[in-house]
Amino acid sequence: MTDTDPPAAADWSADAVAALRALDVRQIAYVPDAGLTRFLDLAAAEDGIAMISVATEEDAIAQCCGAWLGGQRALAAMQSSGVGNIPNMLSLPRVCGMPLLMLVTMRGEPGETNPWQESTGRAMPALLDAMGVDLRRVEDAAEVGPALAQAGADAFDGDRRICIQLAQSLIGFKGFHGAGESDA
Amino acid sequence: MLDRRAAVKALLNNRGENLLVVAGLGAPAWDCTAAGDHDLTFPLWGAMGGAVPIGLGLAIAQPDRRVLVVTGDGEMLMGLGSLTAVGARRPANLAIVALDNERYGETGMQRSNTGRGTNLAGVAKASGIPVVATVGSAARLDEAVSLARSARGPVFVTLKIDPAAHDLVLPPRDGVLLTERFRAALGV
Ligand SMILES: Cc1ncc(C[n+]2csc(CCOP(=O)(O)OP(=O)(O)O)c2C)c(N)n1
Ligand SMILES: [Mg+2]
Repeated sequence: MTDTDPPAAADWSADAVAALRALDVRQIAYVPDAGLTRFLDLAAAEDGIAMISVATEEDAIAQCCGAWLGGQRALAAMQSSGVGNIPNMLSLPRVCGMPLLMLVTMRGEPGETNPWQESTGRAMPALLDAMGVDLRRVEDAAEVGPALAQAGADAFDGDRRICIQLAQSLIGFKGFHGAGESDA
Repeated sequence: MLDRRAAVKALLNNRGENLLVVAGLGAPAWDCTAAGDHDLTFPLWGAMGGAVPIGLGLAIAQPDRRVLVVTGDGEMLMGLGSLTAVGARRPANLAIVALDNERYGETGMQRSNTGRGTNLAGVAKASGIPVVATVGSAARLDEAVSLARSARGPVFVTLKIDPAAHDLVLPPRDGVLLTERFRAALGV
């Protein structure tokens, strides 16, 4: 590192995994997003966290509820479009007073190149609010770990349903770089 | 075809404290209740499509207990993708029983796609679930019960049942109560 290098960006993925370890989260149910790649890889490298690739995001919500019934803490991770797949399943933790911790990477925000991401990205806060999930937005990489730690404590110790929303500016965005790459 | 009440009664016979049951919404939940309400049964009143992923999360959390999901063909059709996560993770303690009347019984006995060609056990097999069976006669019910209760899983059993409606035998409806009693009985 030389004097002219910019300061290293905070590694939010590593901080998030450390926060989940400290919370004793033992299952992560997810549908991948480009912005979650490093986070998912780091989590998968941990011992004692079951990584479950689910076919649809509503399965992640249901799995988190099953984990809670069995005495484990879990995380549901997805991109914002995935939130459009889950509203009815959110009735389950809500009516049962179960905790729920979600980590959602935003799409459809400034920098987005795929117009198909815009609709559900726009609707996501309203969808979660309508289903009784608190939304906590994070725009600064250094804040991800602390925000997740606080959300987990509030959710698991207070039987609340909380979603950490990662701004698209924080995760970067994929553009169309040519054949073979997508930005879905 | 099997009588659903008799089949579920056999499935849950002598269940003890080692068996954790997730019951799909509607008639499967009423069948489990008719067999005897239990703190370690989690009957759904909604969350259609969620029975299997709930069972998966529970099976991972409680590897030393048997987890049995009892659901309907309609509920299972809504959550077919969840069988792929079961097939990928392969929890040895998870069994799924689909009570297949080829109907959406709860909503008025409308025909479902299992009566038009969809083979649920076939979908389970193709999703990577190693032990699957389809049973439609009382003569083979014991075999189905032993697969569901004790075979190394994950297991998927379709029980072809008579499309008859039965009395409503309702479990508690309060989700907080159902959750708290389940966790308390497990000691978590
Ligand atoms: C998301 C959603 N869609 C539709 C319904 C209505 N619904 C309730 S039970 C049910 C049918 C269940 O059929 P099945 O699982 O086969 O059970 P059966 O009554 O036939 O045993 C339906 C469609 C619902 N509760 N939730
Ligand atoms: Mg049915």
